[in-house]
Amino acid sequence: MIASRRATWLLQGRGSLLILAAAVLLLPLIVSTNFHYRVLVLVWVFSLAVIGLNLLMGYAGQVSLGHAGFFALGAYSTALGPPLLNMPPWASLPAGIALSGLVAFVIGRPILRLKGHYLAVATLGFGVLVYMGLSNEIRLTGGPDGMRVERLLLFGWSVRSNVIWYWITGGLMLLGAWLALNLVGSPSGRAIRAIHDSEVAASALGVDAAAYKLLVFVISAAYASAAGGLLALFNGHVTPGLSDFLISIQLVTMVVLGGMGSILGSVVGAALLVLLPQVLTFLQDYEHAFLGLIMILTMIFLRSGLVPGLLKLLTKDGHEGNP
Amino acid sequence: MKEILKAENLGIEFGGVKAVDNISIAANAGEIVSVIGPNGAGKTTLFNLVSGVYRPRTGRIFLHGKDVTGLPPHRLARHGLTRTFQNLQIFFRMTAAENVMVGRHLYERRNVLAHLLSMPSAARQQAESRDRALDLIERVGLRAVADRSAGSLPYGALKRLEIARALAAEPEVLLLDEPAAGCNPRETEEIDEIIQGIAASGVAVVLVEHDMRLVMKISSHIVVLNFGRKLIEGNAERVKNDPSVLEAYLGQKRERVRAVAVDR
Repeated sequence: MIASRRATWLLQGRGSLLILAAAVLLLPLIVSTNFHYRVLVLVWVFSLAVIGLNLLMGYAGQVSLGHAGFFALGAYSTALGPPLLNMPPWASLPAGIALSGLVAFVIGRPILRLKGHYLAVATLGFGVLVYMGLSNEIRLTGGPDGMRVERLLLFGWSVRSNVIWYWITGGLMLLGAWLALNLVGSPSGRAIRAIHDSEVAASALGVDAAAYKLLVFVISAAYASAAGGLLALFNGHVTPGLSDFLISIQLVTMVVLGGMGSILGSVVGAALLVLLPQVLTFLQDYEHAFLGLIMILTMIFLRSGLVPGLLKLLTKDGHEGNP
Repeated sequence: MKEILKAENLGIEFGGVKAVDNISIAANAGEIVSVIGPNGAGKTTLFNLVSGVYRPRTGRIFLHGKDVTGLPPHRLARHGLTRTFQNLQIFFRMTAAENVMVGRHLYERRNVLAHLLSMPSAARQQAESRDRALDLIERVGLRAVADRSAGSLPYGALKRLEIARALAAEPEVLLLDEPAAGCNPRETEEIDEIIQGIAASGVAVVLVEHDMRLVMKISSHIVVLNFGRKLIEGNAERVKNDPSVLEAYLGQKRERVRAVAVDR
């Protein structure tokens, strides 16, 4: 019983922060090449977006097939801030997060009244809209070719080293995980999880379901936007491909594979789907089919995802609550 | 006695069928008002109207004399009305204690920033809600399983958990939709005691229940529905002895039943 409580704390509760921090601190001991660091930066960046999406999907139970839209909004805001508004790159990142939050707030109101498939299609539509906008507004965004992003300057130094980016993105991923874990364990998080299980019961107890759905939607958009902005700064260029439907699908697959309603699972899912294509290079042309296959296999054999599945094995009473 | 809930001339129709037709119902503090009637009589629909799940086509609803007609459930909860559900609406992914803690929602400071940053105020709030929740869980006899996942609890326990959760919202009007459905006689007796305790604490209880022994025993006032209309109302004695009630439950008069049988 105590062992199972400890496993729950580690995998589901605040203890997962310990695992994540250990991963960020210890991975540099086993990786060496610049390329490895680059891949790990991608893992931390995607983890951020997936943690946000998991708050929406895994905790509040609302689907989004358009989160790449927010991802790209963050990336392009970061890219456009310096040339358009003369902002320094470090400031255009949070400005992009605020903008995405605002957009999510505005479109979330009508969209979140929809349920299930309808909501999925509406969010999908949003993603497509962003893609069209970024591709067609050539004068502003450079169109399909994308645009250059001004490098991040810290203390007068242009940040280009993958190692430094590793620590920046790793640190921000930990911050994002910490905030998310705090939220889901708080009274607000409880209200959000209640909506997932029974909206009608939550309402009868005074929970304003519409308001909380909107809140999570805005928060998850902010996470996606932060991830997109970081990726833009790291890569030094952006293309409309960031808002591609397949990126949205990739994010959803990461959530489902790692485990809905698991912050640690979000990072595990992101890590696996970023790393696997690097390892299985022969899959290059079939990467998207591969995503589909993983999704199908997870749904058949591991419904609850990797981390909750592991937790179930360890505790055996099927305990899924958040302590 | 203080009249807390008053609903007048409520009506709603679905596809031309009058599911609830011109029904009035009232409940005072400390009273148990039961709504009975055969299946399809409109009991749950009436509950859905009073609790704000449906918006009534006709009629008005008052809480403490204040017109609350058409308010959504979460606003009604703020006015002191909450309910349980006929088909369980448990938060299955949470522990029993967390389920009841959701009921404390209205009394928690909802400062999202404090929650995101895990400020001390959030932890204090959490501890407070948990204390209150555990008291209530104790009251319905589930203390031993408070930290078990709700999904792993037996049906009878979940029925009581729903009541504890509703009580956590400190309602002045509590609608109980078949709290004893599917429970064995011993569990029914426990629920009976719990309900009487709730009413004794000054809550106006409105009860939909099929267990007639339970209804007749604890109700201060009974409303009988049939085909969406109010058949009669009164105390247990009056309802028990009214021939139209028996007829509503056992179908039409014997001659008509036979005629239908011959037609087939």
